Amino acid sequence: MNEFKRVFYIFYKDFSSELRMRFALNALIMFVIVAVSTILFAIGSERAPQNVYAGMFWVVVFFSAMSGLSRAFVSEEERGTNLILSLLANPISIFLGKFLFNLILIFFINSIIAILYLTLFKDFIIQNWNSFLLAFILGNIGIAGSSTIIAAIISKANVRGTLYPVLAFPVLLPLILMLIEITKSAIDGNPVNDVSAEFMVLISYDVVMLTASILVFDIIWRD
Amino acid sequence: MNKIQLRVRELKKTFNNRLVFNKLNFDLNSGDRFVVTGKNGSGKSTLIKILGGVLTETAGEIGYFVDNKKIDRENFYKIVGLVSPYLVLYEEFTAFENLSLFSKIRGLKISETQINEILNRVGLFERRNDFVRTYSSGMKQRMKYASAILHNPLVLLLDEPNSNLDQEGKNFVDELVFNFRKDGIVIVATNETQDFKYGEKIINLDEYKNSNKTF
Repeated sequence: MNEFKRVFYIFYKDFSSELRMRFALNALIMFVIVAVSTILFAIGSERAPQNVYAGMFWVVVFFSAMSGLSRAFVSEEERGTNLILSLLANPISIFLGKFLFNLILIFFINSIIAILYLTLFKDFIIQNWNSFLLAFILGNIGIAGSSTIIAAIISKANVRGTLYPVLAFPVLLPLILMLIEITKSAIDGNPVNDVSAEFMVLISYDVVMLTASILVFDIIWRD
Repeated sequence: MNKIQLRVRELKKTFNNRLVFNKLNFDLNSGDRFVVTGKNGSGKSTLIKILGGVLTETAGEIGYFVDNKKIDRENFYKIVGLVSPYLVLYEEFTAFENLSLFSKIRGLKISETQINEILNRVGLFERRNDFVRTYSSGMKQRMKYASAILHNPLVLLLDEPNSNLDQEGKNFVDELVFNFRKDGIVIVATNETQDFKYGEKIINLDEYKNSNKTF
């Protein structure tokens, strides 16, 4: 129980810090507004095939994750507070606290993206909500998990800004491809069973990513 | 009252290919006060970080034993309090908020009154509700002491303990070191000869560049 509390309070520290400093939130919201507006203006009065919207939705999600989620560890490293943090808790609690913060942040931002898409793009019509919501939840867990561990790795590097998307792209690509397939299926109104293989890949990705991250984080964090 | 032992065996640290220190061996027990000295770049801060469990050694091993039970590295934070020039507190929070958050993350059952007592002890009670970013370097150093003693650690690691402190602050450090819990260990890393008074044993890291010397 104590470990859960520890994880929660590390999350709470980051949450309180974010409310005061807005390291990630402002950048993410601005990115989402700019990206969605650009797509909206580019399409104009044209009607893109419905499948294209599935791809564009997850592309915006991917790049919003790139622009904001690295802050969890980079801000600690840049400010020099990583030392005090490592003196307060064990590495697993630190990772899980940061993961929880990124998870809630990405859920919040992706919900805004989804609402903007559903409101502004008249052809982005989800016909199978069960499929879409399940993919949304599993996708956010995968994105938060992989983004958190990649953020921990790049926070130790000198060229953080460029390294993050370079490392994240191959790691997130299989996840994004599965999410696009499922979203296409949800737009077409196909039953969940039709994309059961993609859901299995998503669940496996989330489990493998979180387990591997917890196992290697100790080594990354101490050096 | 706990009995603590620190064993350091064949400790070696390199950064890339640069040797910092090598074949460092020493044992410390409850009640010991120990000074680590050496030239700039001799690895004093590095050794303090390794002993604090926040940096890994290249070779060798360190072990803390509390009542003969070995403490896992991931639990060093429970028994260690560290003050270092590299330590930076959360400047967007007040002194009180910092200590309150630290106690919650550590899972300590500390009341607001106890936090205020610690702030009073380090001389920051009057400024407890000010953001740390508004503090002078000496006040930030005092805050580091507050965070280091919050959990009543068994091991106190002090790197350049008196830097940025006024006379009142230095008196506080003297009082802290000389009256530290009898079952604890104090390790001080310093270049200042007046700080040698803190240790009953002194080690010079310049002598551990390639030697087989044992303490």
